[in-house]
Amino acid sequence: MAESTNGHYKVIGTRPIRHDGVDKVIGRAKYGADYAFPGMLFGKVLRSPHAHAIIRSINAEKALKLPGVKAVVTSADLPEAEDKTEQVGEAALNPRHLSMNILARGKALYDGHAVAAVAATSPHIAEEALRLIEVDYEVLPPVMTVEEAMKPGAEILLPNLRNKEEGDNPTNVAQHLQFKRGDLEAGFRAADFIVEREFHTAMVHQGYIEPHNAVGIWNADGQGTIYCSTQGPFEVRSLSAQVLGVPVGKIKVVPAEIGGGFGGKTTIYLEPLSLLLSRHTGRPVKLVMTRSEVLRASGPTSGSTIKIKAGCTRDGRITAAQCWLAYEAGAFPGSPVGAGAMTILAPYAIENLLVDGYDVVVNRPKTAAYRAPGATNAAFAIETVIDELAEKCGIDPLDFRVMNGSKEGTAQLIGPPYRRIGYIETVEAIKNSPHYKSPLTGPNRGRGVATGFWFNAGMQSSAVVNIHSDGTASVVTGSPDIGGSRASMAMITAEVLGLPITDVRPLVTDTDSIGQCDVTGGSRVTFATGTAVYEAAQDAARQLRERAARVWEKKPEDVELRDGMLHAKDASVAPMSIKQLAGRLARTGGPVSGRASVNARGVGPAFAATCVDIEIDPDTGKIQILRCTVAQDAGKAIHPSYVEGQLQGGTAQGLGWALNEEYVYDTEGHLRNTGFLDYRIPTCLDLPMIETIVVEVPNPGHPLGVRGVGEVSIVPPPAAVANAIYRATGIRMTELPMSPPRVLKAILKHGRGQEVQSAAAR
Amino acid sequence: MHEFSYEAPTSLAQAIALLKRHGEKARPFSGGTDILIQMRAGVRRPAHLVDLKQIKDLRQIKFDAKKGLRLGATVPCIEIYENAQMRKNYPGLTEAAHLIGSLQIQSRASVGGNLCNGSPAADTTPALIALGAKAKVAGGRGSRQVPVEDFVVSPGRTVLKAGELLVEFLIPAPKRHSSDAYLRFIPRNEMDIAVVGVGASLTLDGDVVKAARIALGAVGPTPIFAAKASESLVGKELDDAAIETAAQLASEASSPIDDMRGTAEFRRHIVSVLTRRTIKIAAERARKR
Amino acid sequence: MAVSKNHKKTSAPKKVKVETTINGEATEFLCEPRQSLLEVLRDVLEMTGSKEGCLTGDCGACTVLVDGRPVCSCLMLGVEAQDKNITSVEGLAVGAKLHPLQQKFLEDASLQCGVCTPGFLMSAKALLDKNPNPTEAEVRYALAGNLCRCTGYDKIVHAVLDVAQEGRR
Repeated sequence: MAESTNGHYKVIGTRPIRHDGVDKVIGRAKYGADYAFPGMLFGKVLRSPHAHAIIRSINAEKALKLPGVKAVVTSADLPEAEDKTEQVGEAALNPRHLSMNILARGKALYDGHAVAAVAATSPHIAEEALRLIEVDYEVLPPVMTVEEAMKPGAEILLPNLRNKEEGDNPTNVAQHLQFKRGDLEAGFRAADFIVEREFHTAMVHQGYIEPHNAVGIWNADGQGTIYCSTQGPFEVRSLSAQVLGVPVGKIKVVPAEIGGGFGGKTTIYLEPLSLLLSRHTGRPVKLVMTRSEVLRASGPTSGSTIKIKAGCTRDGRITAAQCWLAYEAGAFPGSPVGAGAMTILAPYAIENLLVDGYDVVVNRPKTAAYRAPGATNAAFAIETVIDELAEKCGIDPLDFRVMNGSKEGTAQLIGPPYRRIGYIETVEAIKNSPHYKSPLTGPNRGRGVATGFWFNAGMQSSAVVNIHSDGTASVVTGSPDIGGSRASMAMITAEVLGLPITDVRPLVTDTDSIGQCDVTGGSRVTFATGTAVYEAAQDAARQLRERAARVWEKKPEDVELRDGMLHAKDASVAPMSIKQLAGRLARTGGPVSGRASVNARGVGPAFAATCVDIEIDPDTGKIQILRCTVAQDAGKAIHPSYVEGQLQGGTAQGLGWALNEEYVYDTEGHLRNTGFLDYRIPTCLDLPMIETIVVEVPNPGHPLGVRGVGEVSIVPPPAAVANAIYRATGIRMTELPMSPPRVLKAILKHGRGQEVQSAAAR
Repeated sequence: MHEFSYEAPTSLAQAIALLKRHGEKARPFSGGTDILIQMRAGVRRPAHLVDLKQIKDLRQIKFDAKKGLRLGATVPCIEIYENAQMRKNYPGLTEAAHLIGSLQIQSRASVGGNLCNGSPAADTTPALIALGAKAKVAGGRGSRQVPVEDFVVSPGRTVLKAGELLVEFLIPAPKRHSSDAYLRFIPRNEMDIAVVGVGASLTLDGDVVKAARIALGAVGPTPIFAAKASESLVGKELDDAAIETAAQLASEASSPIDDMRGTAEFRRHIVSVLTRRTIKIAAERARKR
Repeated sequence: MAVSKNHKKTSAPKKVKVETTINGEATEFLCEPRQSLLEVLRDVLEMTGSKEGCLTGDCGACTVLVDGRPVCSCLMLGVEAQDKNITSVEGLAVGAKLHPLQQKFLEDASLQCGVCTPGFLMSAKALLDKNPNPTEAEVRYALAGNLCRCTGYDKIVHAVLDVAQEGRR
């Protein structure tokens, strides 16, 4: 379990029960779909059955006549939006594309694209009403892969889309980016071994168990409120305002508890529809996606084609690397190919490199973020190539990585060199782990390792710490809690103030009640919101010291706060507890409330290393995961149990991505696997216990040393599994997922059949 | 979902009368684990749902060492697994019932419903066929018995006419040195629909096969009784060569398609793999009886 | 698009009266035949502890116990609840005293987003009521019908095994 030492902390590093826990285990916690309001209507969305079609007309007459139906809306009810790219926070945004994804305008661009929405007195009636809406489509040929989309003469999805290189020619390539360093040719000339491979990864979904939801209430005074499960209430507010054409200040977003997000709930789908329908009907309107809608029409992550050529000397030094990445953006630009390009070589110090990335539109749902977006695809490719190079040199794959590993001072692709990072320590943690040290024996078994990188994000957060009259405190932020973060916020507050954890109550509040808090995502909450909380708690502490000073008639700099007690430095008065002082606040100057807003800097990137043992049934190609260990640098684990939870959860998603998860479309572009039956995420029976090693190399950019932990654990598993398959069978898998039919085909092609050799790991 | 009426008759006669009255507009159900999904998807839209679970006659497990088994159509899978006589005498059928979906599904889903849904991939159907089970159908003109391998005529369609009902399964008593096994291939370890399912039952005399039945699921438009593969074992010593022949013949008896759950090529290969394995398991069990 | 005007009076869908027992209390409700037990619990009885994840019986987030057996309430009609004994997550705690499984889930950090937790608690309770001494494999099999995307199941399985072990002391 965690190797973290607590050092001098009293609360940080312990494992208190989370404050929202009881409500969640008794079923009282309110997720977005749990909200109900008097007079509430139910909304449903009509979706295109075609992957690519012109929408000639929409006729809702019959639907409107169905008893119980109160309104039908289409894109005609939304304002026209500009077709241009703007910076909104960290992301590039095209308002027209955003609006078109909410309700199709002119064209349906993927199977499941929203075309109209209905509000009715029951969800069943709304559903029945959808069948009565008549849409006249002119079906067009679908473009389903990056190869098809990039071909000269390909069917064009967005007639106005252009990229710099192709000038004024219509294209499906939204962007081409390139990073270069050194002299690639010279690097390859210096190599003793060169490996060149092409990889294909399938589109996959975040797979949160809770479907998207929104309840919209539009008041007659022009103020709208949205209750929804979201990772980013402030994003929901600004994006919904954008789509609806209203000022941001007219919308309040109340974040409900959220049943998983992993990046997929950082954007909008139903939210503006809920307000639009509410405006048209004068009543609250609730929309909830079905699982089929979630898969067809929310934001999976890109499938991709990646080509890698890399070379090293025989003593194991990487001399050159060339990477070509093409990622599916879905129907509108914005795949994470940029992040893929920037992470693919991040764990390694390489002098000579060339990375090309292509953002390609295809007739699939618009991709959204998925836990370290873009990095897992890239790592699948590079980490198996690294494994091959290590083998050619006869060097242990972990040692090979340590030899070439990034450390403090290594140049990054863009930006300044790395500050203090924990890559080497993470790799060594696996090397020294009981798992890696134990022998793996038996036929058809193999052990694979891989590593991964994620930048983590900083961005804006705000926090308030209120001291109550009984000396307890509440800490308020706008960061939805998707994994236990609010407990960590309380722990930081408790640590700074010296209060017991049970005396601090954490809250997540709405967009009117707190300053800007950017998304819960990017592994940033404990880092950035935690920084805001830390500073707000320090602000409250300062106010408490000033207040005590006033009471004691001393100067503030002569008062200390230690372990919840205020002391005069010269010990001339008896110390006073926060509790005692809190009882006197009203009479001594008023409430104490600490606040802070940050645009957090000093982000510490995260590295993970994963080791996986597998067993293959050579007759069926089915893979069992026998044992799995993940090591990750957390900087400082505030609540070790929830840090372990992030490592385990990301690893499980990576294993699903490796083994069985993929979007399957037919030749006409219809999604075939629209449910959890055939979109196969791992069940409890598919996984072993996941051992975690929390490495703590403190991040110099954070007051407590925190690095974000939420994402990077998803990055190594597909490559680790591929490397394990290699050791079990001698076969290099280059396609994800490595499902039984693919593995069996490779085994039979390779001619191994039942003579698959047993392979001890070393 | 569309609007429909719900009725829960308490006798077989009542149920048949209801089904006759409403004809094609009525659909009988037990566990609901297939029909409700189909109704939500708009694939089936019956105006009347007839709940069979109140009819005692349909819910019984009656085992007699000589006469064999009468397994009611609406017995939930979990009750089959919990029944010691079922586990002992029909381990293959029992394990097939225990493989369907999750425990939540097994609490509701029935073997009768599994068959009447008419899916070629139903888990219990190959096990039933391997046992030589017959389906007793009531309604129409009196009752009739249909060999389970003839029950499903095409994907989603069975021999049942409007007004008819599956009442129970009649399964022969297991003879000495006779047992069954069921295996399926799925990509995960649970929750998947069978990509390939194989049921086998064997009766041995020493090492010689006296009787054999092999049945396949999910590799054709209907579940398949692999007659040639079965016959190939009869009278032979059960050695690797015989098993291999049966496995090949079983593979040839299949006519799988490419779909999102597997390619035809993959399925044909898996048929032979699972046939080999189920024969061995059934044989091992048979030797112990 | 035009908001619909008022319609001729047509009869609303017919509702059925159902009498059942939920969490030990005699309960009566009205529902349409097409409303699932899950919808009845959440929308009619306002017991939103059971969650909707897939509506196809593949995720287990809606798991309740019916006469002691775990069932996906999304695949059971509300009208079928007649004369049954139903237990939902709201019925696990006794007053303010949490069920040992609930307590252990909190202590072992077995939930992250928590949306799958009610379903897991019900399946785990059904398991331990039947088999108080399960192996890890038996626990994993019993919980295979409940999907979790946040935890990787590790801490959930630990919690169930911990409760079983403490029950034996």
